[in-house]
Amino acid sequence: MINVFTQHWQELLLGFGNTLLCSVIALFFSLIIGSTFAIFEVLPYKVLHIIGRVYIEVFRNIPLLVIGMFFYVVVPQFFVTLDGFTAGTIGLTLYTSSFIAETVRAGIQAVDDGQMEGARANGLTFMQAMWHIILPQAFRYVIPPLGNQFINLVKNSSVLAFVAGFDLMYQGDAIASTTFDTFNTYIVVGILYLIITLPLSYYMRYLEKKLA
Amino acid sequence: MSNLAEAYSWINLRYLLEGLWVTIEVSVVSIILSFIFGSILGIIRYVRFPFVSAIVGFVIDLIRNLPLLLLLFFTYFGLPKIGIRMEPLSAAIAAMTVFESAMIAEIVRSGIQAVDTGQMEGARSVGMTYWQGLRVIVLPQAMKKMIPPLVSQFISLIKDTSLATIIVLPELLYRAQIIYGQNTRYMIPMFIALAVMYFVVCYALSLVASGLEKRTS
Repeated sequence: MINVFTQHWQELLLGFGNTLLCSVIALFFSLIIGSTFAIFEVLPYKVLHIIGRVYIEVFRNIPLLVIGMFFYVVVPQFFVTLDGFTAGTIGLTLYTSSFIAETVRAGIQAVDDGQMEGARANGLTFMQAMWHIILPQAFRYVIPPLGNQFINLVKNSSVLAFVAGFDLMYQGDAIASTTFDTFNTYIVVGILYLIITLPLSYYMRYLEKKLA
Repeated sequence: MSNLAEAYSWINLRYLLEGLWVTIEVSVVSIILSFIFGSILGIIRYVRFPFVSAIVGFVIDLIRNLPLLLLLFFTYFGLPKIGIRMEPLSAAIAAMTVFESAMIAEIVRSGIQAVDTGQMEGARSVGMTYWQGLRVIVLPQAMKKMIPPLVSQFISLIKDTSLATIIVLPELLYRAQIIYGQNTRYMIPMFIALAVMYFVVCYALSLVASGLEKRTS
């Protein structure tokens, strides 16, 4: 088991870095997209509400792998060339943004109605009230679930292995298929994933308890 | 248009639908097994048997924090090294069951924990034993709270069966790839078919869930 690491630490480290990188990029963009659609859902415009709902339901109910492969297989064939890492990260972003939208929407709705009424009574516009009063409070509620989304994101980033994204799972698979030491390689890869996800998940559980 | 008609020929559609059936088969078996194991593990973790619960809890945390894809690879490509060989269908079901049981155990545990402690105290004070209180009073209330997270877990399980395409399980995604592999003009129609089929199954399940939620609340 230690052999796998000492002989292949360069590939593994590269994969580890790529997994972290694509997770952080996808988190950043899916936070922006997700929050936008979450706000669509609470705005008093029916059209935006429907657009938000459709976006969320579509990307929540289609497997991430199908979305990722669409960008890796179909998009280069008919539109623009994308490498595996980019295609996978786009897929991850779209998929995760639908879950983040749901989380943020729940957070916004958890903020007491009186907050919005008070802000409006003080002369703030709807968008001002949303930005200065509601969203800061909502984000406090959504930090633990967002942390859990990030853990899912790191785990889900393993689908980059399907699209030659050079992430940890891809590198592990490449090592396993050259050395034939599948058993030990996958255990080492698992330990590397746990180094990211396990501390995060314990920290989120602690935060949940503290904020509850 | 003739492209579409060709892509969605009866032979292709039937081939895809057979794949959908494999997807549903794997999902249903894994859902049933992981619900049983997950509930048992979740209760063990909640009840705090000395030593046993701590170990069970730690193993659950380890499995929950690994990618399912890794477990799938490990089951199908890794385990044969120590003499455990499975065909794709059983390997997929085994890996999904292990992963989902851990996820469900956590849902069950937090569902039970969310029930007010006064309920158990009340049950004990009217003379019930701890286990009677758990079974008759606490678990039914916890079940109600667990329905929404359980259903979203089942939905992600259905979506995750697509990962088994890599261990050549002939499920929906695998079959779509075979069809468009023969003719790239079928690519977009196949991805549309995939999206629609997965969407219909998963969305239907989420509608059933929100119906259930309304009825129980």
